[in-house]
Amino acid sequence: MTSIQLEVLLQTLISGILLGGLYALIGIGMTIIMGVMKIINLAHGELMMVAMYIAYVLFSLFHMDPYLSVFIATPALFLLGIAIQKYLINPVLKVESILPENQVILTVGIGMVLANIATFIFKSDYRQTPVDYATKAWYLSDIWKKTPIELSLSMPWSVSFVIAVLITACLWFFLAKTDTGKSIRATAQDRDAALLMGVNVDKMRVITFGLGSSLVGAAGCLFIPIYYIYPDIGGQFTLIAFVITILGGLGSTVGAIIGGVILGLFESLTATYVGMGWAPVGRFVIFVMALIFLPGGVASLLKAKRLGIGR
Amino acid sequence: MQMRDNGFQMKKYFPIIIAVLLAALPFIGLSSYVMHIIILVIMWSVIGMAWNLLSGYCGQVSFGHAAFFGTGAYASGMLYSKFGISAWWGLPFSIIVVTLLALVIGYICLRLRGPFFALATLSMGVILRITAENLVNFTGGDLGIMIRERTWIEKTWYYYIILAVACGTFLAIKIVIESKLGYYFVAIREDQDAAESLGINTTLYKTIALCLSAMLTGFAGVFYMNYMGYIDPKVVFALHDISIVTIMVVMVGGVATYWGPVVGAIIMVLLSEIIRSVPALGTAHHTFFGILLIVIIIFLPNGIVGDFPKLRKLRDLSRGPS
Repeated sequence: MTSIQLEVLLQTLISGILLGGLYALIGIGMTIIMGVMKIINLAHGELMMVAMYIAYVLFSLFHMDPYLSVFIATPALFLLGIAIQKYLINPVLKVESILPENQVILTVGIGMVLANIATFIFKSDYRQTPVDYATKAWYLSDIWKKTPIELSLSMPWSVSFVIAVLITACLWFFLAKTDTGKSIRATAQDRDAALLMGVNVDKMRVITFGLGSSLVGAAGCLFIPIYYIYPDIGGQFTLIAFVITILGGLGSTVGAIIGGVILGLFESLTATYVGMGWAPVGRFVIFVMALIFLPGGVASLLKAKRLGIGR
Repeated sequence: MQMRDNGFQMKKYFPIIIAVLLAALPFIGLSSYVMHIIILVIMWSVIGMAWNLLSGYCGQVSFGHAAFFGTGAYASGMLYSKFGISAWWGLPFSIIVVTLLALVIGYICLRLRGPFFALATLSMGVILRITAENLVNFTGGDLGIMIRERTWIEKTWYYYIILAVACGTFLAIKIVIESKLGYYFVAIREDQDAAESLGINTTLYKTIALCLSAMLTGFAGVFYMNYMGYIDPKVVFALHDISIVTIMVVMVGGVATYWGPVVGAIIMVLLSEIIRSVPALGTAHHTFFGILLIVIIIFLPNGIVGDFPKLRKLRDLSRGPS
């Protein structure tokens, strides 16, 4: 392997991991909703799109830095998620119907309405928040003068990655240490048992949906300095979130983190070595592989290891 | 007793009466725009009925019927663009291609249940779209496939072809559902584990339902190719405009009913035409679809045909006691 090839490979791996960190945040949001409510939120990407537009509007009106808008978009998305759960999804849970997948189809409807309203307000133009640090990067040669290979670390990507890691750590603290977090985990494990232990399951559901949407909202704000936005951007992120949850194991937070990083790496490898247009296919190839060879996801591997049994 | 007998007789001949009326339709000289709408309604009923077989009766909700629709369309379009023979040969040819595809998708997706199956099929549709976009030498990529010479200028023959396909689909589904197969499907929908423990090979029957449904959807795709004369990956593999609209057709009309998809297709096609004809609303058609979907799921979860008794009761209530 020549040094150029090595350079390309290492650079691809770095951008894959950075991308994976952000993907993990999206995936965690979906996986906790799935764990507690046992439904798939197909409006997940659209919620992220809403957060991105909130950040965009704040930037273009007040020149607020996208990273600061995390503090506004996240609570806003929390409220939006609570409203959706309370007024739309809860009524449907009570309805008798032939197909139990009604809730999933409902979230599709919600996603369609959100995306279309965004098209209505912002038109379908591609928009960007031109922050001045967008193209800044750190180079390996700055630190190590005689380096044989040149690597760079894009500044917005790394900042987004670090914030994503921080948010994930906060979430872990919330789920592991606080009472509400423990109740949420109890509801995810066994709804009826949690109910018997005096957990307000309905309230936990509402909180979880809010939490899931605020996580994806934070991810949206972190993507803003890197990506351009358009109203239909949500669909692809819904799929990404779903692929991560399958890859990581349904309802497993650690699995979602690992799944996100794997997906990020794989996607950036396909983009470099197969072609940009094929990157989404790479995403689905890994999804199909996971379905066939590892139906329980990464979580099943972790569980097997913890129990001390081989697969 | 006499009345009930009459009602039964009526019900038995109802499909035949409808078919005869539809067959006579072109003779009253409708404008070509109205014919176009009717053809679209019938095409969507075919897709809706096909989806209903897999999802309404067998309970495997698919979010990716665009995969089969698009593959049917591409199978026929590529016969024309690569081999230079009439795209109508796609009708028999698509059976092979789409069934093979359904077997592959079934092998991967049918091991999942409920919402996970739904999402897996959804991503299958997206995979096929991206593949069709990227295999430029094979499918023509984003340029799509165009049939330069239309088979007929008049819409009458197109109308009869899609009508024949629709009648065939209706009959096929009626026969399947009223046979033992149909009972297996419903058993799988109601409780897959119970069905399995009763000795039903659930994987086999789910695969059969998927293949049948895919084949019928593929026919609609072939027809679309021939009728519209132009396809590209974004049109025929569209997530919202094909896969989700397919679900809406059945959800609005009535899940697991014979006439639900037809009613749903009429409503959906008319709705989208009305929205399209008002310039100010043109871009907002997804909002209307989405709101309709939400309203239907909350208030009429079994669709208009499925919840017809409920609707009648509501109407009686609003009239007040007489």
